[in-house]
Amino acid sequence: MIYKETGQYKSSYKSDHAIFPLLQDKIAFSTLMFIAFLIIPFVINSYWEKAILVPFLIFSLAAIGLNILTGYCGQVSLGTGGFMAVGAFSTYKIMTYFPDMNIMIIILISGLITAAVGIIFGLPSLRIKGFYLAVATLASQFFLVWLFNKVPWFYNYSDTGQITVSERTMFGIPVTGAEAPSYATYLFCLVLVVTLSFAAKNLIRSKMGRSWMAIRDMDIAAEIIGVPPLKTKLSAFAISSFYIGVAGALYFAVFLGAIEVTESFDIMTISFPVLFMIIIGGLGSMLGSFLGAAFVVTLPIGLKFLMVDIVGLSAVTAKHFEITIWGLLMIVFLIVEPHGLARLWSIAKEKLRRWPFPY
Amino acid sequence: MSVELLNFIETVLNGLMSGVMYSLVALGFVLIFKASGVFNFAQGVFALFAALTLVGYQTGQVPFAHLINELFGTNYHNWYASMPNFLAILLTMVTMIALAWIIERLVLKHLVNQDPIILFMATIGLAFALEGVGDLMWGSDVKVLDVGIPSGGSVWLEEATIGLAAEGSDYYGMYVDVLNIWATVIAVILVVSLALFSQYTKTGRALRAVADDHQAALSVGISLRSIWILVWAISGFIAMVAGIMWGTESGVQFSLSLIALKALPVLILGGFTSIPGAIIGGLLIGVGEKLAEIYIGGYFETGALENWFAYVMALVFLLFRPQGLFGDKIIERV
Repeated sequence: MIYKETGQYKSSYKSDHAIFPLLQDKIAFSTLMFIAFLIIPFVINSYWEKAILVPFLIFSLAAIGLNILTGYCGQVSLGTGGFMAVGAFSTYKIMTYFPDMNIMIIILISGLITAAVGIIFGLPSLRIKGFYLAVATLASQFFLVWLFNKVPWFYNYSDTGQITVSERTMFGIPVTGAEAPSYATYLFCLVLVVTLSFAAKNLIRSKMGRSWMAIRDMDIAAEIIGVPPLKTKLSAFAISSFYIGVAGALYFAVFLGAIEVTESFDIMTISFPVLFMIIIGGLGSMLGSFLGAAFVVTLPIGLKFLMVDIVGLSAVTAKHFEITIWGLLMIVFLIVEPHGLARLWSIAKEKLRRWPFPY
Repeated sequence: MSVELLNFIETVLNGLMSGVMYSLVALGFVLIFKASGVFNFAQGVFALFAALTLVGYQTGQVPFAHLINELFGTNYHNWYASMPNFLAILLTMVTMIALAWIIERLVLKHLVNQDPIILFMATIGLAFALEGVGDLMWGSDVKVLDVGIPSGGSVWLEEATIGLAAEGSDYYGMYVDVLNIWATVIAVILVVSLALFSQYTKTGRALRAVADDHQAALSVGISLRSIWILVWAISGFIAMVAGIMWGTESGVQFSLSLIALKALPVLILGGFTSIPGAIIGGLLIGVGEKLAEIYIGGYFETGALENWFAYVMALVFLLFRPQGLFGDKIIERV
């Protein structure tokens, strides 16, 4: 009943190609956007901002990036942390060299720089694939983190090796630095995420996205029907890195404010969790990137609440439980639902078509 | 001999020894990959888990002590008894075999015929789960592992080499850790016995058959399940040896599981499917790393090339020979 598509006719190609072809989806999406843009900014407090909403937005952006590469183009990458670090450090360097530049532009340029780095590290993908490629991207992770840690130019020769963001404003309201109000950082991330998600969604539906999927499904066949593997794979690397770079820039400038590269962009703190997001959310699904990010960001908070506050375990033991549960969840998802939460949602939609009637 | 040459030899020797340690980890990877086509990312955590369990048995810790204490307000930590080394090692072996069985039962069985990359990601999950369980069981503090393997510089070698340098030069002899010599000896024994096992026993032949062709092996009546359990148990055993070696050297702690990341370039270099490749790859990486640290490391202000040098070495190699030194040739071009 709820998801009834009967009677919703498409009378033009335009409506046939709409991102949300169903009225129900349109309503749900508009409501969501209404809440996100017009209600949450007025009720948001610092806890929700720092613990849930901003990390969720940033990680969904990173997840979209990795999903483009792994989910749509089929090239497994374990170097997400390294690429996010590129985004963060380019933001920092641009900020120091151009103090008057608008923060939005800085972040987008950082994304472009990351895209260029992504192309360089994507070059091996032309010769290797599968595990070998995964290991090659791991090399980029280690190399980039080492580079930012050991070459003092990147952190302006500061003694601690930390980089710290300075205050930048949008329309007179600070969005970075310690003084930034919660609603401002949230809205700043939200605008970027919504715009870039729409861009990604449309890219995926375009010729480029279709050639990515062709390469993913069967590279030999794709080449035979005229999809150039070189251009396709490198474009996937570039665009994916752009998204990850923007996510890294936001992670540094808006979310954390001050970072130390070996801690903040470690393989365990970024690369694997983002991989979890797209596996749990759904490989090759936009919705999945968001669901996965939401899941990965909120689960530790929920688990901690459950185990520390209700059961009364110590924080260390709770942490161990959390790691165990992560691992188990990953295995369970791969066994039971390899297509992730996004697939569960589409099954739910199928069910909702006739619910509550039996048939 | 000049001091430079002697120093060079010492570096190469030390590189070879640390390469043996890498090979030990890589060996476990190769065995599993050959037999079940699974790239087992959890191999490093296997080593950590084995070392943790070994220390736990040795010192008589109560498993899950922290958890039980926190849940029920009790204060158990020890059985007030410790175990002789060999019994503890034996029990750890039993634990690793049980672990292999559990993994086959709960994970692999359900993922037969999936994409290799899905299996790979499942082993990442396995790595996390196992690490969490290991910490829950034995606690996450750094532990000292001592099974009676001596460590420290080899006095004998130092004295034997001190005379080699030219008269009057400042040379104090070569420094080689006894532990590394032991590791080499044990690795050689391990590899030889593995080779003998797979060449001359019936199970070994079945193992090679499965590695060659799953379907053909099934059709002549080899049970895939039992072979898989066996292979995972063997690599659990190798992980235990690696865990003992690495644990004795630097204590049993979380970072032990990161040796898996060290072993990856070794695999690329040697090929995923070749046991000799794993060993020679390990040696090459070990020597390359040590030489790079000493001879190129000086050009970078802060050094610490170790983290990525092996990867870059492997990557460069990959461009010229994608299947590794001894790997099966991949005939596929896109």
